[in-house]
Amino acid sequence: MAKREYAFYPGCSSQLRGSAANYLVSVESMCEKLDVKMTQIPDWNCCGASISYAGSSELARHVLSARNFALSDKHLPGQDIVATCAACWLGGRETIEKLDASSQLLADTNEALKEAGLQYKPGTEIRHMVEVLVEDLGYEELGKPVVKPLDGVKVAGYVGCQTNRPFGIAGESFENPMYLDKLIDTVGGESIAKYEEKVSCCGGSLAFCEPEKAEKQIKNIVESAYDHGADVICTPCPLCQANVEVYQSEINRKQGTKLNMPVVYYSQLLSVAYGGTLKEAGLDGHIIQPKKLQDIAVKVVKK
Amino acid sequence: MGDLNTQMLDKYRNNFLREVEEKVDDGDWVKMCMQCGVCAGSCTFGPDWEHTPQKIFMMIRAGKREEVLTSHSMWLCTSCYNCMVRCPRKLPITHIMHGLASYAHRLGLAPKNQPTRDFSMIFWENCTKTGRVNELKMTISVYFREGFVSGIKKMWTLRNIGRGLFFAKRLNPLELFVSHGCKDKDGLRRALKKADEIEARRRGYAVQPRGYSS
Repeated sequence: MAKREYAFYPGCSSQLRGSAANYLVSVESMCEKLDVKMTQIPDWNCCGASISYAGSSELARHVLSARNFALSDKHLPGQDIVATCAACWLGGRETIEKLDASSQLLADTNEALKEAGLQYKPGTEIRHMVEVLVEDLGYEELGKPVVKPLDGVKVAGYVGCQTNRPFGIAGESFENPMYLDKLIDTVGGESIAKYEEKVSCCGGSLAFCEPEKAEKQIKNIVESAYDHGADVICTPCPLCQANVEVYQSEINRKQGTKLNMPVVYYSQLLSVAYGGTLKEAGLDGHIIQPKKLQDIAVKVVKK
Repeated sequence: MGDLNTQMLDKYRNNFLREVEEKVDDGDWVKMCMQCGVCAGSCTFGPDWEHTPQKIFMMIRAGKREEVLTSHSMWLCTSCYNCMVRCPRKLPITHIMHGLASYAHRLGLAPKNQPTRDFSMIFWENCTKTGRVNELKMTISVYFREGFVSGIKKMWTLRNIGRGLFFAKRLNPLELFVSHGCKDKDGLRRALKKADEIEARRRGYAVQPRGYSS
Protein backbone atom coordinates (compact mmCIF):
# COMPACT_ATOMS: atom_id res chain seq x y z
CA MET A 1 0.00 0.00 0.00
CA ALA A 2 1.18 3.46 -0.84
CA LYS A 3 2.52 5.58 1.96
CA ARG A 4 0.19 8.46 1.13
CA GLU A 5 -3.07 8.68 -0.79
CA TYR A 6 -4.80 11.64 -2.37
CA ALA A 7 -7.77 12.39 -4.58
CA PHE A 8 -6.31 13.82 -7.74
CA TYR A 9 -7.78 16.73 -9.70
CA PRO A 10 -5.56 17.08 -12.79
CA GLY A 11 -7.51 19.78 -14.63
CA CYS A 12 -8.22 20.19 -18.32
CA SER A 13 -4.80 21.17 -19.65
CA SER A 14 -3.17 18.05 -18.18
CA GLN A 15 -5.32 15.65 -20.13
CA LEU A 16 -3.90 13.39 -22.82
CA ARG A 17 -2.55 15.59 -25.63
CA GLY A 18 -3.53 18.74 -23.78
CA SER A 19 -1.19 21.71 -23.53
CA ALA A 20 0.20 20.43 -20.22
CA ALA A 21 0.03 16.71 -20.99
CA ASN A 22 3.70 16.29 -20.05
CA TYR A 23 3.02 17.85 -16.63
CA LEU A 24 0.68 14.98 -15.76
CA VAL A 25 3.16 12.40 -17.03
CA SER A 26 5.97 13.81 -14.90
CA VAL A 27 3.75 14.14 -11.82
CA GLU A 28 2.79 10.49 -12.14
CA SER A 29 6.37 9.27 -12.37
CA MET A 30 7.45 11.60 -9.57
CA CYS A 31 4.66 10.37 -7.29
CA GLU A 32 5.45 6.74 -8.01
CA LYS A 33 9.03 7.24 -6.81
CA LEU A 34 7.76 9.01 -3.70
CA ASP A 35 5.24 6.26 -2.96
CA VAL A 36 2.35 8.72 -3.27
CA LYS A 37 -0.86 7.32 -4.70
CA MET A 38 -3.00 9.74 -6.67
CA THR A 39 -6.46 8.59 -7.72
CA GLN A 40 -8.27 10.78 -10.21
CA ILE A 41 -11.64 12.05 -9.03
CA PRO A 42 -14.09 10.11 -11.20
CA ASP A 43 -15.79 12.26 -13.84
CA TRP A 44 -14.22 15.55 -12.64
CA ASN A 45 -15.13 18.73 -14.52
CA CYS A 46 -13.42 22.00 -15.46
CA CYS A 47 -12.99 24.49 -12.59
CA GLY A 48 -13.96 27.46 -14.76
CA ALA A 49 -10.46 28.94 -14.41
CA SER A 50 -9.99 32.61 -13.56
CA ILE A 51 -11.35 33.91 -16.82
CA SER A 52 -14.99 32.86 -16.90
CA TYR A 53 -16.31 35.83 -14.89
CA ALA A 54 -18.14 37.41 -17.82
CA GLY A 55 -19.47 34.18 -19.26
CA SER A 56 -20.75 32.76 -15.97
CA SER A 57 -22.42 33.78 -12.76
CA GLU A 58 -20.50 33.57 -9.49
CA LEU A 59 -22.74 30.78 -8.27
CA ALA A 60 -22.18 28.71 -11.41
CA ARG A 61 -18.42 28.82 -10.85
CA HIS A 62 -18.85 27.60 -7.27
CA VAL A 63 -21.10 24.83 -8.56
CA LEU A 64 -18.30 23.66 -10.87
CA SER A 65 -15.80 23.37 -8.02
CA ALA A 66 -18.36 21.98 -5.58
CA ARG A 67 -19.31 19.21 -8.02
CA ASN A 68 -15.68 18.04 -8.02
CA PHE A 69 -15.56 18.17 -4.23
CA ALA A 70 -18.82 16.23 -3.94
CA LEU A 71 -17.57 13.55 -6.34
CA SER A 72 -14.32 13.28 -4.44
CA ASP A 73 -16.15 12.93 -1.15
CA LYS A 74 -18.44 10.27 -2.62
CA HIS A 75 -15.79 8.12 -4.30
CA LEU A 76 -12.63 8.88 -2.31
CA PRO A 77 -13.90 9.81 1.15
CA GLY A 78 -11.43 11.22 3.61
CA GLN A 79 -8.72 11.96 1.05
CA ASP A 80 -7.42 15.47 0.52
CA ILE A 81 -7.85 16.71 -3.04
CA VAL A 82 -4.63 17.58 -4.84
CA ALA A 83 -4.57 19.89 -7.84
CA THR A 84 -1.55 20.33 -10.06
CA CYS A 85 -2.83 23.41 -11.86
CA ALA A 86 -2.52 26.78 -10.14
CA ALA A 87 -5.88 28.08 -11.38
CA CYS A 88 -7.73 24.86 -10.44
CA TRP A 89 -6.28 25.01 -6.96
CA LEU A 90 -6.98 28.69 -6.53
CA GLY A 91 -10.54 28.41 -7.84
CA GLY A 92 -11.21 25.52 -5.50
CA ARG A 93 -9.80 27.35 -2.50
CA GLU A 94 -11.93 30.38 -3.30
CA THR A 95 -15.07 28.27 -3.48
CA ILE A 96 -14.32 26.65 -0.13
CA GLU A 97 -13.69 30.05 1.43
CA LYS A 98 -16.87 31.59 0.04
CA LEU A 99 -19.12 28.64 0.90
CA ASP A 100 -17.70 28.45 4.41
CA ALA A 101 -18.48 32.13 4.89
CA SER A 102 -22.06 32.09 3.60
CA SER A 103 -24.70 29.53 4.50
CA GLN A 104 -26.88 31.08 1.80
CA LEU A 105 -24.30 30.46 -0.91
CA LEU A 106 -23.79 26.94 0.41
CA ALA A 107 -27.53 26.23 0.28
CA ASP A 108 -27.76 27.69 -3.24
CA THR A 109 -24.82 25.62 -4.43
CA ASN A 110 -26.37 22.46 -3.07
CA GLU A 111 -29.76 23.31 -4.57
CA ALA A 112 -28.06 23.47 -7.97
CA LEU A 113 -25.94 20.34 -7.37
CA LYS A 114 -29.05 18.36 -6.52
CA GLU A 115 -29.84 18.49 -10.24
CA ALA A 116 -26.78 16.28 -10.73
CA GLY A 117 -27.70 14.08 -7.77
CA LEU A 118 -24.81 15.37 -5.66
CA GLN A 119 -24.25 17.19 -2.41
CA TYR A 120 -21.28 19.21 -1.18
CA LYS A 121 -20.41 18.87 2.48
CA PRO A 122 -18.09 21.49 3.95
CA GLY A 123 -14.79 20.21 5.26
CA THR A 124 -13.05 19.53 1.96
CA GLU A 125 -9.38 20.38 1.63
CA ILE A 126 -7.88 21.17 -1.75
CA ARG A 127 -4.12 21.40 -1.94
CA HIS A 128 -1.54 22.12 -4.56
CA MET A 129 0.87 19.32 -5.44
CA VAL A 130 3.70 21.52 -4.19
CA GLU A 131 2.09 21.67 -0.74
CA VAL A 132 2.02 17.90 -0.61
CA LEU A 133 5.70 17.81 -1.50
CA VAL A 134 6.99 20.43 0.92
CA GLU A 135 4.52 20.00 3.78
CA ASP A 136 3.56 16.33 3.85
CA LEU A 137 6.85 14.87 2.63
CA GLY A 138 9.39 17.60 3.34
CA TYR A 139 12.68 18.40 1.62
CA GLU A 140 14.64 15.66 3.35
CA GLU A 141 12.25 12.98 2.17
CA LEU A 142 12.25 14.49 -1.32
CA GLY A 143 16.02 14.24 -1.47
CA LYS A 144 16.15 10.52 -0.67
CA PRO A 145 15.16 9.03 -4.05
CA VAL A 146 17.65 11.20 -5.98
CA VAL A 147 19.88 8.98 -8.13
CA LYS A 148 20.92 11.58 -10.70
CA PRO A 149 21.54 14.92 -9.02
CA LEU A 150 21.09 17.78 -11.47
CA ASP A 151 24.74 18.76 -11.26
CA GLY A 152 25.62 21.90 -13.13
CA VAL A 153 22.06 22.74 -14.15
CA LYS A 154 21.24 26.34 -13.35
CA VAL A 155 17.52 26.77 -12.85
CA ALA A 156 15.53 30.01 -12.67
CA GLY A 157 12.66 29.22 -10.29
CA TYR A 158 9.70 31.05 -11.77
CA VAL A 159 6.88 30.82 -9.23
CA GLY A 160 4.47 33.16 -11.05
CA CYS A 161 1.18 34.27 -9.58
CA GLN A 162 -1.47 31.83 -8.63
CA THR A 163 0.47 29.26 -6.60
CA ASN A 164 1.79 32.27 -4.72
CA ARG A 165 -1.11 34.70 -4.40
CA PRO A 166 -3.52 35.18 -2.76
CA PHE A 167 -3.18 31.96 -0.74
CA GLY A 168 0.38 30.87 -1.34
CA ILE A 169 2.28 28.11 0.36
CA ALA A 170 2.19 28.33 4.16
CA GLY A 171 5.15 30.12 5.69
CA GLU A 172 6.30 31.65 2.39
CA SER A 173 6.27 35.35 1.56
CA PHE A 174 4.35 36.68 -1.43
CA GLU A 175 7.29 38.78 -2.58
CA ASN A 176 10.02 36.16 -2.38
CA PRO A 177 8.79 32.60 -1.83
CA MET A 178 11.65 30.15 -1.47
CA TYR A 179 10.05 26.72 -1.90
CA LEU A 180 10.81 26.37 -5.59
CA ASP A 181 14.47 27.29 -5.09
CA LYS A 182 14.65 24.79 -2.24
CA LEU A 183 13.13 22.08 -4.44
CA ILE A 184 15.71 22.83 -7.14
CA ASP A 185 18.56 22.63 -4.61
CA THR A 186 17.12 19.46 -3.07
CA VAL A 187 17.57 17.56 -6.34
CA GLY A 188 21.07 18.90 -6.87
CA GLY A 189 20.33 21.76 -9.24
CA GLU A 190 21.57 25.29 -8.81
CA SER A 191 18.83 27.78 -7.97
CA ILE A 192 19.11 31.49 -8.70
CA ALA A 193 18.46 33.45 -5.53
CA LYS A 194 18.29 36.80 -7.27
CA TYR A 195 16.00 35.95 -10.17
CA GLU A 196 14.01 39.19 -10.41
CA GLU A 197 11.01 37.86 -12.27
CA LYS A 198 10.28 35.08 -9.79
CA VAL A 199 6.76 36.27 -8.93
CA SER A 200 5.90 38.33 -12.03
CA CYS A 201 2.80 37.62 -14.04
CA CYS A 202 3.18 35.93 -17.45
CA GLY A 203 0.06 37.71 -18.68
CA GLY A 204 -2.16 34.71 -18.00
CA SER A 205 -5.06 34.32 -20.36
CA LEU A 206 -4.29 37.69 -21.95
CA ALA A 207 -1.68 35.80 -23.98
CA PHE A 208 -4.71 34.65 -25.97
CA CYS A 209 -6.74 37.81 -26.23
CA GLU A 210 -4.14 40.60 -25.92
CA PRO A 211 -0.90 38.87 -26.98
CA GLU A 212 1.31 41.98 -27.21
CA LYS A 213 0.74 42.79 -23.55
CA ALA A 214 1.51 39.26 -22.41
CA GLU A 215 4.57 39.03 -24.63
CA LYS A 216 6.07 42.04 -22.86
CA GLN A 217 5.85 40.09 -19.58
CA ILE A 218 7.19 36.90 -21.10
CA LYS A 219 10.18 38.70 -22.59
CA ASN A 220 11.16 40.07 -19.18
CA ILE A 221 10.77 36.67 -17.54
CA VAL A 222 13.00 35.00 -20.12
CA GLU A 223 15.59 37.77 -20.40
CA SER A 224 16.06 37.91 -16.66
CA ALA A 225 16.73 34.16 -16.68
CA TYR A 226 19.37 34.71 -19.38
CA ASP A 227 20.93 37.54 -17.37
CA HIS A 228 21.54 35.12 -14.51
CA GLY A 229 23.00 32.44 -16.77
CA ALA A 230 20.08 30.05 -16.36
CA ASP A 231 19.94 26.83 -18.40
CA VAL A 232 16.24 26.40 -17.84
CA ILE A 233 13.22 28.08 -16.24
CA CYS A 234 11.13 25.97 -13.86
CA THR A 235 7.53 26.67 -12.82
CA PRO A 236 4.66 25.11 -10.84
CA CYS A 237 1.90 26.46 -13.16
CA PRO A 238 0.74 25.00 -16.48
CA LEU A 239 -0.33 28.35 -17.94
CA CYS A 240 3.00 29.97 -16.99
CA GLN A 241 4.79 27.04 -18.59
CA ALA A 242 2.85 27.20 -21.84
CA ASN A 243 2.91 30.99 -22.15
CA VAL A 244 6.59 31.41 -21.37
CA GLU A 245 7.70 28.54 -23.59
CA VAL A 246 5.55 28.80 -26.68
CA TYR A 247 5.46 32.55 -27.29
CA GLN A 248 9.24 33.04 -27.32
CA SER A 249 9.23 32.39 -31.07
CA GLU A 250 6.57 35.07 -31.55
CA ILE A 251 8.66 37.58 -29.60
CA ASN A 252 11.67 36.63 -31.73
CA ARG A 253 9.67 37.09 -34.92
CA LYS A 254 8.30 40.48 -33.90
CA GLN A 255 11.31 41.92 -32.14
CA GLY A 256 14.29 40.20 -33.69
CA THR A 257 15.40 38.65 -30.39
CA LYS A 258 16.88 35.17 -30.15
CA LEU A 259 15.07 33.82 -27.12
CA ASN A 260 15.33 30.06 -26.80
CA MET A 261 14.98 29.31 -23.10
CA PRO A 262 13.43 25.98 -22.13
CA VAL A 263 10.65 26.02 -19.50
CA VAL A 264 9.87 22.94 -17.41
CA TYR A 265 7.83 21.92 -14.36
CA TYR A 266 9.27 21.22 -10.91
CA SER A 267 7.88 17.70 -11.29
CA GLN A 268 10.09 17.18 -14.33
CA LEU A 269 13.18 18.16 -12.35
CA LEU A 270 12.26 15.71 -9.61
CA SER A 271 11.34 12.98 -12.03
CA VAL A 272 14.69 13.23 -13.87
CA ALA A 273 16.64 13.35 -10.63
CA TYR A 274 14.78 10.24 -9.46
CA GLY A 275 15.99 8.39 -12.55
CA GLY A 276 12.97 8.97 -14.82
CA THR A 277 13.45 8.46 -18.54
CA LEU A 278 12.86 11.19 -21.12
CA LYS A 279 9.33 9.96 -21.53
CA GLU A 280 8.58 9.46 -17.84
CA ALA A 281 9.77 12.98 -17.07
CA GLY A 282 7.72 14.40 -19.94
CA LEU A 283 10.88 15.82 -21.47
CA ASP A 284 9.68 14.75 -24.91
CA GLY A 285 6.89 17.34 -24.61
CA HIS A 286 8.68 20.60 -25.36
CA ILE A 287 8.97 23.04 -28.23
CA ILE A 288 12.20 24.43 -26.80
CA GLN A 289 14.26 21.41 -25.80
CA PRO A 290 15.59 21.34 -22.22
CA LYS A 291 18.87 19.91 -23.47
CA LYS A 292 20.76 19.64 -20.18
CA LEU A 293 17.91 17.80 -18.48
CA GLN A 294 17.45 15.53 -21.47
CA ASP A 295 21.14 14.63 -21.34
CA ILE A 296 20.82 13.71 -17.69
CA ALA A 297 17.69 11.67 -18.37
CA VAL A 298 19.41 9.47 -20.96
CA LYS A 299 22.59 9.07 -18.91
CA VAL A 300 23.06 5.61 -17.40
CA VAL A 301 24.04 5.57 -13.74
CA LYS A 302 25.73 2.71 -12.00
CA LYS A 303 23.95 1.69 -8.85
CA MET B 1 -39.80 44.64 -17.32
CA GLY B 2 -37.56 47.21 -19.01
CA ASP B 3 -33.93 46.68 -19.76
CA LEU B 4 -31.74 45.96 -16.77
CA ASN B 5 -29.59 49.05 -17.11
CA THR B 6 -32.61 51.37 -17.07
CA GLN B 7 -34.03 49.52 -14.08
CA MET B 8 -30.81 49.96 -12.13
CA LEU B 9 -30.56 53.62 -13.10
CA ASP B 10 -34.09 54.17 -11.81
CA LYS B 11 -33.46 52.22 -8.66
CA TYR B 12 -30.17 53.77 -7.58
CA ARG B 13 -30.46 57.25 -9.13
CA ASN B 14 -27.23 59.00 -8.28
CA ASN B 15 -26.00 56.54 -5.71
CA PHE B 16 -23.57 54.43 -7.74
CA LEU B 17 -21.59 53.37 -4.66
CA ARG B 18 -24.71 51.76 -3.21
CA GLU B 19 -25.45 50.08 -6.51
CA VAL B 20 -21.94 48.60 -6.55
CA GLU B 21 -22.25 47.51 -2.94
CA GLU B 22 -25.48 45.69 -3.61
CA LYS B 23 -24.97 44.35 -7.12
CA VAL B 24 -21.26 43.69 -7.65
CA ASP B 25 -19.49 40.66 -6.18
CA ASP B 26 -17.49 41.92 -3.18
CA GLY B 27 -18.64 45.46 -4.05
CA ASP B 28 -19.34 46.19 -0.38
CA TRP B 29 -15.57 46.51 0.08
CA VAL B 30 -15.19 49.53 -2.19
CA LYS B 31 -15.80 52.08 0.56
CA MET B 32 -12.82 50.69 2.48
CA CYS B 33 -10.32 51.98 -0.11
CA MET B 34 -8.11 54.73 1.33
CA GLN B 35 -6.60 55.75 -2.01
CA CYS B 36 -3.02 54.80 -1.16
CA GLY B 37 -2.29 53.67 -4.73
CA VAL B 38 -0.42 50.46 -3.89
CA CYS B 39 -2.78 48.52 -6.19
CA ALA B 40 -2.10 50.88 -9.08
CA GLY B 41 1.65 50.54 -8.59
CA SER B 42 1.49 46.76 -8.20
CA CYS B 43 -0.67 45.99 -11.20
CA THR B 44 0.91 43.90 -13.96
CA PHE B 45 -0.69 46.03 -16.64
CA GLY B 46 -1.04 49.19 -14.55
CA PRO B 47 0.56 51.38 -17.21
CA ASP B 48 -1.89 50.02 -19.80
CA TRP B 49 -5.03 50.78 -17.82
CA GLU B 50 -7.00 53.91 -18.50
CA HIS B 51 -8.19 53.72 -14.89
CA THR B 52 -6.21 51.78 -12.29
CA PRO B 53 -8.15 50.06 -9.47
CA GLN B 54 -7.41 53.05 -7.22
CA LYS B 55 -9.02 55.38 -9.75
CA ILE B 56 -11.93 53.05 -10.33
CA PHE B 57 -12.70 53.02 -6.59
CA MET B 58 -12.65 56.81 -6.44
CA MET B 59 -14.78 57.09 -9.57
CA ILE B 60 -17.35 54.77 -8.02
CA ARG B 61 -17.59 57.02 -4.99
CA ALA B 62 -17.80 60.06 -7.23
CA GLY B 63 -20.79 58.49 -8.99
CA LYS B 64 -19.11 58.18 -12.39
CA ARG B 65 -21.30 55.26 -13.30
CA GLU B 66 -21.01 55.28 -17.05
CA GLU B 67 -17.26 55.90 -17.14
CA VAL B 68 -16.67 52.98 -14.80
CA LEU B 69 -19.00 50.49 -16.41
CA THR B 70 -17.94 51.23 -19.98
CA SER B 71 -14.22 51.19 -19.11
CA HIS B 72 -11.81 48.69 -20.69
CA SER B 73 -9.75 48.79 -17.53
CA MET B 74 -11.22 45.97 -15.46
CA TRP B 75 -10.85 43.67 -18.45
CA LEU B 76 -7.07 44.00 -18.33
CA CYS B 77 -6.93 42.15 -15.02
CA THR B 78 -4.78 39.01 -15.40
CA SER B 79 -5.87 37.62 -12.02
CA CYS B 80 -2.31 37.84 -10.73
CA TYR B 81 -3.60 38.89 -7.26
CA ASN B 82 -0.68 41.23 -6.65
CA CYS B 83 -2.96 44.16 -5.72
CA MET B 84 -4.97 41.94 -3.42
CA VAL B 85 -2.12 40.65 -1.29
CA ARG B 86 -0.52 44.07 -1.03
CA CYS B 87 -3.61 46.13 -0.22
CA PRO B 88 -3.13 47.47 3.33
CA ARG B 89 -6.90 47.47 3.84
CA LYS B 90 -7.17 43.91 2.50
CA LEU B 91 -9.70 44.71 -0.19
CA PRO B 92 -10.28 41.69 -2.46
CA ILE B 93 -9.40 43.91 -5.43
CA THR B 94 -9.08 41.14 -8.00
CA HIS B 95 -12.58 39.90 -7.16
CA ILE B 96 -13.99 43.42 -7.28
CA MET B 97 -12.48 43.97 -10.75
CA HIS B 98 -13.96 40.70 -11.97
CA GLY B 99 -17.26 41.62 -10.34
CA LEU B 100 -17.35 45.05 -11.99
CA ALA B 101 -16.48 43.57 -15.38
CA SER B 102 -19.15 40.94 -14.97
CA TYR B 103 -21.76 43.50 -13.88
CA ALA B 104 -20.92 45.84 -16.79
CA HIS B 105 -21.35 42.89 -19.10
CA ARG B 106 -24.73 42.00 -17.55
CA LEU B 107 -25.97 45.53 -18.06
CA GLY B 108 -24.84 45.55 -21.67
CA LEU B 109 -22.42 48.42 -20.98
CA ALA B 110 -19.11 46.60 -21.42
CA PRO B 111 -17.18 47.79 -24.50
CA LYS B 112 -18.11 45.98 -27.69
CA ASN B 113 -15.53 43.48 -28.98
CA GLN B 114 -13.59 43.74 -25.71
CA PRO B 115 -11.00 40.96 -26.24
CA THR B 116 -11.01 39.62 -22.68
CA ARG B 117 -14.78 39.68 -22.48
CA ASP B 118 -15.05 37.78 -25.73
CA PHE B 119 -12.50 35.27 -24.50
CA SER B 120 -14.37 34.86 -21.24
CA MET B 121 -17.60 34.11 -23.09
CA ILE B 122 -15.86 31.66 -25.41
CA PHE B 123 -14.14 29.94 -22.48
CA TRP B 124 -17.36 29.46 -20.52
CA GLU B 125 -19.31 28.14 -23.47
CA ASN B 126 -16.44 25.84 -24.34
CA CYS B 127 -15.88 24.35 -20.89
CA THR B 128 -19.56 23.86 -20.09
CA LYS B 129 -20.32 22.07 -23.34
CA THR B 130 -18.81 18.75 -22.28
CA GLY B 131 -17.65 19.72 -18.78
CA ARG B 132 -14.01 20.05 -19.83
CA VAL B 133 -12.12 22.51 -21.99
CA ASN B 134 -11.53 21.63 -25.61
CA GLU B 135 -8.33 23.60 -26.08
CA LEU B 136 -8.24 23.34 -29.86
CA LYS B 137 -11.79 24.56 -30.41
CA MET B 138 -11.29 27.30 -27.84
CA THR B 139 -8.17 28.56 -29.58
CA ILE B 140 -9.85 28.54 -32.97
CA SER B 141 -12.89 30.42 -31.60
CA VAL B 142 -10.63 33.09 -30.10
CA TYR B 143 -8.62 33.56 -33.29
CA PHE B 144 -11.68 33.69 -35.51
CA ARG B 145 -13.73 36.00 -33.31
CA GLU B 146 -13.03 38.98 -35.56
CA GLY B 147 -13.93 37.19 -38.75
CA PHE B 148 -12.71 34.52 -41.11
CA VAL B 149 -9.91 36.39 -42.85
CA SER B 150 -8.31 37.69 -39.67
CA GLY B 151 -8.65 34.21 -38.17
CA ILE B 152 -6.82 32.61 -41.07
CA LYS B 153 -4.09 35.24 -40.78
CA LYS B 154 -3.63 34.58 -37.07
CA MET B 155 -3.55 30.82 -37.55
CA TRP B 156 -0.97 31.24 -40.35
CA THR B 157 1.19 33.48 -38.18
CA LEU B 158 1.13 30.96 -35.35
CA ARG B 159 1.48 27.86 -37.52
CA ASN B 160 4.95 27.00 -36.21
CA ILE B 161 3.74 27.09 -32.63
CA GLY B 162 0.87 24.80 -33.59
CA ARG B 163 3.23 22.42 -35.32
CA GLY B 164 5.61 22.49 -32.35
CA LEU B 165 2.82 21.66 -29.92
CA PHE B 166 1.58 18.90 -32.19
CA PHE B 167 4.98 17.21 -32.30
CA ALA B 168 5.34 17.70 -28.54
CA LYS B 169 2.02 15.80 -28.23
CA ARG B 170 0.37 18.79 -26.59
CA LEU B 171 -2.16 19.53 -29.30
CA ASN B 172 -4.55 17.05 -30.85
CA PRO B 173 -6.15 17.89 -34.21
CA LEU B 174 -8.76 15.21 -33.54
CA GLU B 175 -10.19 17.42 -30.81
CA LEU B 176 -12.08 19.11 -33.62
CA PHE B 177 -14.25 16.02 -33.69
CA VAL B 178 -13.86 14.32 -30.31
CA SER B 179 -13.70 16.20 -27.01
CA HIS B 180 -12.59 15.21 -23.58
CA GLY B 181 -15.61 15.50 -21.34
CA CYS B 182 -17.65 14.39 -18.34
CA LYS B 183 -19.75 11.28 -18.55
CA ASP B 184 -22.51 13.04 -16.69
CA LYS B 185 -22.36 16.23 -18.71
CA ASP B 186 -26.15 16.39 -18.73
CA GLY B 187 -26.25 16.42 -14.94
CA LEU B 188 -23.58 19.10 -14.88
CA ARG B 189 -25.47 21.26 -17.35
CA ARG B 190 -28.69 20.84 -15.38
CA ALA B 191 -26.86 22.01 -12.25
CA LEU B 192 -25.44 25.04 -14.08
CA LYS B 193 -28.84 25.92 -15.46
CA LYS B 194 -30.26 25.74 -11.98
CA ALA B 195 -27.42 27.92 -10.68
CA ASP B 196 -28.30 30.59 -13.23
CA GLU B 197 -31.95 30.47 -12.15
CA ILE B 198 -31.03 30.83 -8.49
CA GLU B 199 -28.62 33.68 -9.19
CA ALA B 200 -31.23 35.50 -11.28
CA ARG B 201 -33.74 35.05 -8.48
CA ARG B 202 -31.37 36.39 -5.84
CA ARG B 203 -30.25 39.39 -7.84
CA GLY B 204 -33.48 40.23 -9.61
CA TYR B 205 -32.07 39.57 -13.08
CA ALA B 206 -33.63 37.80 -16.01
CA VAL B 207 -31.97 34.43 -16.65
CA GLN B 208 -29.29 34.79 -19.31
CA PRO B 209 -29.78 32.65 -22.40
CA ARG B 210 -26.96 30.08 -22.67
CA GLY B 211 -26.20 26.90 -24.48
CA TYR B 212 -27.09 24.73 -21.52
CA SER B 213 -30.33 26.61 -20.77
CA SER B 214 -31.99 25.36 -23.92
